[in-house]
Amino acid sequence: MAKSGAGRFARIATWAALAALCACAPAKQETTLKFWTFGREGEVVGELLVEFERAHPGVHLVVQNMPLTAAHEKLLTAFAGDALPDLCQLGNTWIPEFAALGALEPLQTYVDKSNVVRRDDYFAGIWDTNVVDGGLYGVSWYVDTRLLFYRKDLLAAAGFEDPPRDWDEWRRAMAAIKRSQGADKYAIFLPLNEFEPLLNLAIQQPDPLLVDDGTRGNFESAGFRRALDFYVEAFRENWAPPMSNTQIANVWDEFGKGYFAFYITGPWNIGEFKRRLPTDVQGHWGTAPLPGADGPGGGAAGGSSFAIFRASKHKQLAWELVEFLSEVEQQQRFYSLTGDLPARRSAWDFEELETDEYTHAFRDQLERVKPTPKVPEWERIANEMQLAAERVVRGGESADSALRALDAKIDDVILAKRRSLLAKGAKP
Amino acid sequence: MNSQRSAWTFVAPALFVLGVFLVLPVCAALLLSLTDFDLYALANLDNMRFVGFGNYLDIFNTPLFWKALGNTVWFVVLSLPLSLAASLGAALLLNSPLARFKGFHRTALFAPVVTTVVAVAVIWRYLFHTRYGLINYGLSFLGIGPIDWLGDPHWAMPALALFAVWKNFGYNMIILLAGLQAIPQDLYEAACIDGASRRRQFWHITLPGLRPVLLLVAIITMAGYFQLFAEPYVMTRGDPLQSTVSVLYLMYEEGFKWWNLGRASAIAFILFALIFAITRLLLRLARARGETA
Repeated sequence: MAKSGAGRFARIATWAALAALCACAPAKQETTLKFWTFGREGEVVGELLVEFERAHPGVHLVVQNMPLTAAHEKLLTAFAGDALPDLCQLGNTWIPEFAALGALEPLQTYVDKSNVVRRDDYFAGIWDTNVVDGGLYGVSWYVDTRLLFYRKDLLAAAGFEDPPRDWDEWRRAMAAIKRSQGADKYAIFLPLNEFEPLLNLAIQQPDPLLVDDGTRGNFESAGFRRALDFYVEAFRENWAPPMSNTQIANVWDEFGKGYFAFYITGPWNIGEFKRRLPTDVQGHWGTAPLPGADGPGGGAAGGSSFAIFRASKHKQLAWELVEFLSEVEQQQRFYSLTGDLPARRSAWDFEELETDEYTHAFRDQLERVKPTPKVPEWERIANEMQLAAERVVRGGESADSALRALDAKIDDVILAKRRSLLAKGAKP
Repeated sequence: MNSQRSAWTFVAPALFVLGVFLVLPVCAALLLSLTDFDLYALANLDNMRFVGFGNYLDIFNTPLFWKALGNTVWFVVLSLPLSLAASLGAALLLNSPLARFKGFHRTALFAPVVTTVVAVAVIWRYLFHTRYGLINYGLSFLGIGPIDWLGDPHWAMPALALFAVWKNFGYNMIILLAGLQAIPQDLYEAACIDGASRRRQFWHITLPGLRPVLLLVAIITMAGYFQLFAEPYVMTRGDPLQSTVSVLYLMYEEGFKWWNLGRASAIAFILFALIFAITRLLLRLARARGETA
C-alpha cells in the first residue's frame, strides 16, 4: 500500500543518487556500452557479441538481462531515475510509450547513412511498429505474430484435409471437430484472460481500433463488431471452453490430449510444442496463417526492436551494435540460438528456416501483419477490450452495451488526458 | 539532560531510517495523490496538474473501485471467522493433554506460513483444477458436481479465501497457543471440582481468558486481509470477470501497470483510512463489551 509504493520512490531516489556518484568517478580509457535485454534473448545474445567486441577493442559491453515480467517497470523507473542504458531491446508495443516520454533517440538519420539496415528488406508491418508520429524510434530485431497451431489428425478425423483459410471454413471445421470429439472436448482454446486472440481477429478488419489521432475508441465499428461476434460465437456454439489460461493446468498437455484442436499462439511455441508434446502427437500438428473474414487474414505485428536512448553518450557506438546485430548473418545465427524469427526478408533465405515447416506459415503471415494502435495507453485499452469481451461471454451482457461501455470508458477515462494534451497543442 | 541526549542518540538512527523510508515517502505519496501524475507527467512535469481531491472523487465514481471494495470486504468476511476458527481449533488441539508429538504437529501446522505464496499457489491451482483437482475429486464422493473454482465468478473468491486461510492460520495458532498456556491451570481444576462440563469450561474459562489475545489476533488478521494482494496476483490476476480484484490489486494495476501514480496513491490512502476506521471500531466495540462484561 502507501508504504511500499512510496518506499519504492525513495529507493529509486537513493539509487539515482548513488548512480550519480558513480558517474562522477574518473573515466577510464575503455568505453562502456550498456545494453539491456529481456528473457531468453538476453541469455544467448552474449555469444553473438563476442565478435563485436573483438572488432571494437577498447569497448566494454555490459549486457544486463532481466525477466520479461519486470522489464517494463524497470525501464520506467530507470527513466525516472535517469539511469537508462545506452541501448536496449524494446518490445515493439512499448515503443510509442517510450517515444512519448521522449526517452528514445530518433533513428532515421542513422538509417539513411547505413548500408546494413535497409528499410525495404524488413516486413512492412513490422517496420511500421517503430514509427511513431512520423519519427523512427527503433530497428526491429526479431518478430512474432500469432497464428493457428492445429492438430492435423483431429482435423482429418473431422473430415478436413487442409487448415481453414477464412472464417466460414473455420466455423465448419470447428463444428465438425466438436461433433467428432464429443461433449467434453473442444475445437479451440481462446483463453478469456488474454486479449491477443480477439485482437488478432479484430486487427484484420479494415476499421481502425482507435480514431481521431488515437484519442477515441472505435470499438462500436462494424469491423470490430464482426470480430467480436465471431469470437463470441465460438463460445456460444461450445467450440471453445469459457476458460482462462490460469484454469488450464498445462496447455501443451491438453493440446497433446486433444482437449482442443486449435490454439492461437506465437513462434516461441514452435520449440515448446516440439519439446513438450508426446511423441505420438509429433508429426500430427501444424501451423497455419490465421484465417481472415474472407481469405487469409493477418495479425498483430509483435516482436522486439533495438532502441537507443536519448540520454546515451555513445549513440554512434550503440548504433554500430544495432547494425551488427541486424546483419543477415547475425539474424540467422540468432534464429539458430533462440528460434526467434528474423525481421528481415533476406535472413529467411536460410536452410534451417526452410527445413522447419512450422515456420512457413509465419513467413506467409508476416507479409500481412499490422501494428497495434501507437498510443502509450494501448495495453490498457487492449485489457479493457478483453474485459468487455469476457463480460459478453461469461456474464451474458449484450455485445451492444458492452461495446458502448468500452468506447465510453476509453474516451472518458483512458484517453482523456492524451486528448486534452493534444488539444492544447502540447506534445504528449 | 545528559541522559536525554543519550536517549536521542540511541533512537536517532531508527528515527532517521523511519523518516527517510516511511514518513517522507508517505508525505510524498499524499502530495502525489492530489495530482494527476502519470506517464505524461513523467515525460514532462509541465503535464502534471494539481487536481485537489479530484482523484478521490474520481475513484469514488469508478464502478470497479466499489467492486474491488466489495470483493475485498467479501474476502475479509469469508476468511476472518474461518481463519480465527481454524487457528483456535488447531491451538486447542495442540494444547490438549491428549496430543502426542506436539513439536512435530506444531511445526507441520506452522509450515504453510513460511512457504512462499507463489510456489504454494501453483500447487493450489492444481488442487482447485476443475477436472483433475483433488478438491473436486473429494467432493465427487459426496455427490457434488465439479465446481469451477477459479473460473466461476461466484467461487473464485471463496477459493482464494480457502487458500489464504490455509496459508495463514498457523501464525495465529502460535499466538493463541501462547495465550492458552497463560490461562492458569487451577481455574480448570476448580471448574472440574464444581462439575463443569468440557464445553462450559471452554465458554467460561478458555474464551474469556483468551479475549485480549483474540482481539489482537482479529485486528492484525483483519488488517492483513484487507491488504489482499498476493493471492489474486498469483492465482487469478483478478479473473474471472474481475471478481478477485481487491483494492490493493486495483492500486497495483493503476500504479505500476498503467503508471497513474496519482490515482494509485489516492487508492492507497482510501484503503489506509478504511483499515484505520475499522480497527478503531473493533477496539471500541471490544472496550464497550469489556465494560459490560
